[in-house]
Amino acid sequence: MAFSLRGVITPHRKNTANMSPQNLPAPASVTIPMSMHIGKPAQVCVNVGDIVKIGDKIGAADGFVSSDIFASVSGKVSKISEILLSNGSLGQAVVIESDGQMAVSETVSAPVVNSKEEFISAVRASGLVGLGGAGFPTHVKFSVNDDVTIEELIINGAECEPYITSDSVIMVEHADEIKTAIEAAQKFLGVKKVIIGIEKNKPEAIASMRQMASEMSGVEVKVLKSLYPQGGEKVLIYHTTGKVVKMGALPISVGCVVCNSTTMATLGAYLKTGMPLVSKCVTVDGSAVSEPKNAIVPIGTALSDVFEFCGGFKEEPRKVLYGGPMMGISVPSVDAPILKNTNAILAFGKKEAVLPKTTSCIRCGGCVNHCPFGINPYAIANAFKVGDLDEVDRLGVNLCMECGCCSYICPANRPLVQTNRLGKAALRERAAKEKKEEKK
Amino acid sequence: MSEQLYIASSPHISSKNSTQRIMLDVIIALIPALIAGTIIFGAKALLVVGVCIAAAVASEAIFNIIVKKEQTISDLSAIVTGLLLGLNLPANTPLWQAVIGSIFAIIVVKCVFGGIGKNIVNPAITGRVFMTIAFASLATPAFPIDSTAGATPLVGLMEGENLSLIDLFLGNHGGSIGETCSLALIIGAIYLLCRRVITWHLPVVFVATVFVLSLFYGDMNLGFALSQVLSGGLLIGAIFMATDYVTSPATGWGKVIFAVGAGAITCLIRFWGNYPEGVSFAILLMNIVDPYIDKWTTRKLFGGDKK
Repeated sequence: MAFSLRGVITPHRKNTANMSPQNLPAPASVTIPMSMHIGKPAQVCVNVGDIVKIGDKIGAADGFVSSDIFASVSGKVSKISEILLSNGSLGQAVVIESDGQMAVSETVSAPVVNSKEEFISAVRASGLVGLGGAGFPTHVKFSVNDDVTIEELIINGAECEPYITSDSVIMVEHADEIKTAIEAAQKFLGVKKVIIGIEKNKPEAIASMRQMASEMSGVEVKVLKSLYPQGGEKVLIYHTTGKVVKMGALPISVGCVVCNSTTMATLGAYLKTGMPLVSKCVTVDGSAVSEPKNAIVPIGTALSDVFEFCGGFKEEPRKVLYGGPMMGISVPSVDAPILKNTNAILAFGKKEAVLPKTTSCIRCGGCVNHCPFGINPYAIANAFKVGDLDEVDRLGVNLCMECGCCSYICPANRPLVQTNRLGKAALRERAAKEKKEEKK
Repeated sequence: MSEQLYIASSPHISSKNSTQRIMLDVIIALIPALIAGTIIFGAKALLVVGVCIAAAVASEAIFNIIVKKEQTISDLSAIVTGLLLGLNLPANTPLWQAVIGSIFAIIVVKCVFGGIGKNIVNPAITGRVFMTIAFASLATPAFPIDSTAGATPLVGLMEGENLSLIDLFLGNHGGSIGETCSLALIIGAIYLLCRRVITWHLPVVFVATVFVLSLFYGDMNLGFALSQVLSGGLLIGAIFMATDYVTSPATGWGKVIFAVGAGAITCLIRFWGNYPEGVSFAILLMNIVDPYIDKWTTRKLFGGDKK
């Protein structure tokens, strides 16, 4: 590795570090969307009135890049309706009225895994998606051709976003499950080397993973600088292996697969018990939350129930996020459900909800000099403003991982990463249009 | 929950960095030079600088009112321009000239191009160059009106006169209000570096270029080269004017190219030009080629060569 990638030093605010997660009591009802992953939404496979238990399949994967969805509480399916998803579109969701029993389905039993195929079907049957953020179905990542070797399986425990501690808590408390998952990956996928990347501000997680690695072979813990966005996939690959993933390519192009630490822990739990992904460890924090906590929450629980569990609000929330403040998604209402890939929910009062006003660019170069990938956001913004999409493309907007360092560092508070998003969308739209015209 | 939640595209936090804070840091960094100038040249130095600041801020405020633009004087950039222009004038500058120079710097160089961040060249530098040309017989420190303002030691240097380096370092000689005391300027530079408002590239390479070229020009005479560095507007130019974000390159390599160019032009003018001082012209000329330097020195995209 010739140099390390740049980034920004954000405040850490890991208020909930070392807070052992507490189980949320059974919520009165859960609303489980059929689209909690990248790919096609799952198809509802229950009917209103059906009685379900934890672990029963309620949504079946539609195609390869999709994921099964399971009941997270026991009770009765009361409604199948359309809800507003966090990306602004409407999507189907199954509402289950809880019977308060939290009874586990008889179908839940440890899978039999003896081959690569069985391993991948097990991953698929667990309903796992990338829990670090994007929600990419995990079995797709693992489904590499037989002639491709996975040289490195990189376990992402960087957790570079402020506030969030759920991954590190899982690494401390569920090392056993992570170990099971790593052993299975080594055995069935032929992974040569496993590297666990953790930012150095998490000494407990580092200690726990080092202890685990010492009992295994081919597993290494790599301590990384606390520099956002250390957990970005390409950033992590570069800082753990020195390999550069080319623009538009997947990690497997350099022989790497990256999985979040909680994804691995959930996989380990599934291999041991057969319990699919039905609940999530979620960090609940933010200036408006009375008692910040880590909580184990059934998927589909309304955010309001989780905030209630954390003592409610000490001031009126004006902005509520899925995820951290650097890349999190703001939700329109606290009725929104916890999703498979929700690792934190944050609520902020008025003071933090609105960012300072945008002023003129003074060309300080902060955005250019802090971009991990060397993109020039202000040049892209200028090109986008005048509608020069060719220039936007040439400047490498599609390389942008939307980490937000540029907007974070900008003294003029300009919407730089936001403009990159618009630029990427405009390029996608243009490509789709061109394709359509070609067909004609 | 009576009120609705805000919806926004991430990120949802921002650094404490702001344009206003950056400008405030530049002002703080210039205070030692202002104090030194006042001690060396007396209270009238303070008056000249004060008039420049007032005229600069008033011009921007009035321009914004006339063209119905949002008021921008609170970003403090007009104060920085006025302060820098004032510090680049001799203490005996007639106040009406200081006012005209400031108006030119703010209105013609900055506001008509669209205000802060849109100017092509540095307002204070261009204001100073404008005054050098427009009021040639009066405003250039090379042509002293009275003994206290005095000529820049560069005139003497080129005539073979030898000045004490200590006097040059402390600023005990003629010149513009803010340029003479190297010590005060270096204190300001250290402050700006510590606050990370500027990086070392531009000032260090600019000064080093002038030093090296002076060494060669002066037949390896170390004293001559050091006097070249410590006199005239080199330090204030390299530390405060060339580093202006708007008109200098964004990347480290870009800054190095800019600085080498500015240093070379400074020496060309000082040694062979008609003016004893070339820093302002050098920065101004490099300001003009800055967009090209920026283009040549874009950072390499990480994994940018497509698969």
